[in-house]
Amino acid sequence: MSRVARRLGLVAAMAAVPSLAQAHLVNSGLGPFYDGALHLLMSPADVLGLVAATLLAGLHGARAGRLAAIVLPLTWFLAGLAGLQLPGMLDLPWLSVLSFALLGVLVALDPKLPAEAVALLAGLFGVLHGLLNGSALAAIGAGWTSMLGIAVTVGVISLLLSAGVVSLRAAWARIAVRVAGSWVAAVGILMFGWMLQ
Amino acid sequence: MEEMTRTVTLRNRLPLPLATFALALLWPLAGLAHIQSGEAGGFVSGLSHPVSGLDHVLAMVAVGLWGAQLGAPAIWMLPVAFPMMMAFGGMLGLIGMPLPGVEIGIAVSAIVLGALVMGEVRPPLKVAVLIVAFFAVFHGHAHGTELQPGQNAMLYSLGFVIATGLLHATGIAIGLIHRWDTGRKVLRAAGAAVLVSGFYFLWSALT
Repeated sequence: MSRVARRLGLVAAMAAVPSLAQAHLVNSGLGPFYDGALHLLMSPADVLGLVAATLLAGLHGARAGRLAAIVLPLTWFLAGLAGLQLPGMLDLPWLSVLSFALLGVLVALDPKLPAEAVALLAGLFGVLHGLLNGSALAAIGAGWTSMLGIAVTVGVISLLLSAGVVSLRAAWARIAVRVAGSWVAAVGILMFGWMLQ
Repeated sequence: MEEMTRTVTLRNRLPLPLATFALALLWPLAGLAHIQSGEAGGFVSGLSHPVSGLDHVLAMVAVGLWGAQLGAPAIWMLPVAFPMMMAFGGMLGLIGMPLPGVEIGIAVSAIVLGALVMGEVRPPLKVAVLIVAFFAVFHGHAHGTELQPGQNAMLYSLGFVIATGLLHATGIAIGLIHRWDTGRKVLRAAGAAVLVSGFYFLWSALT
């Protein structure tokens, strides 16, 4: 890499150093698309389940990864559109936690599943959280553009993560993915305790 | 020559500006969203909780040390099993199910794990997982339930689990000295230190 490219990279790095990051605020000015994207990124239950679903797909090879990267954003978006018709009517914390905890357990145990089954699980997760997101967004007057922001973010994350896991060759790296799955499962189990309390 | 090749390969894979850029992205001093309070506090609180108690730290690191001594597949089975069983213990605590002698169980976990590392004991894999899983319940019951009022439970749980996992990783990283003869002795000495600490914790729990 040339010296100029290196310097440009360092300048880009310095430009990426904000002292404060704000989202979901009226004055953020990001617009509904990016508000949707940030809604997803700032929702731990959504992110944990999405990460677990894509890790699971990545562990099951390129085909499962490709299927999940298509199915997840598609189901999330379509279910989100349906959810927009049910403003504030859906609040299913138990199901939400159960969905990501189960995916976490599957990543930790790494059972042999056909790619279609992995895609089906990813699709079910996408439908559930799409409905929940759509319903929540409708309650605050957001529309389909925000759902599109969510779906595109889901697509980007699922593509990057599943591709990253598929490319792992070292045994320890795949094990690290399974450990991450056990962490997701553990958070889910603890959440059941908090909800029962 | 081989070293040079390796260095060049690493540089090609992760150029310095790219690495700096990635690091800089993690720089923000604050991230605000959802206009709720206590969110970040919950995560930081969960993240710091496991490292605030020496008994928990020593036992978690000892799990990693023992895993490193045992090698594959125990080195990854133990860190996979532990968080889930610890969370199960935490759930029992949250729903109010009493677990007698929690502090004693934690102290005994340090004693047993320290002794296993000191003696370089190699039980069958299932037994090793069972031992670790059994003690994980006590650690989860005692430490996984201490959420500060107003903080986000999910982020607290996430921070708590991540910190515990990182303590295991620390133990595994230290345990890699097991490859050398001197390192093996040092590791066994570390096990002895954990064992002695465990007796101190037990004394404190009983008095």
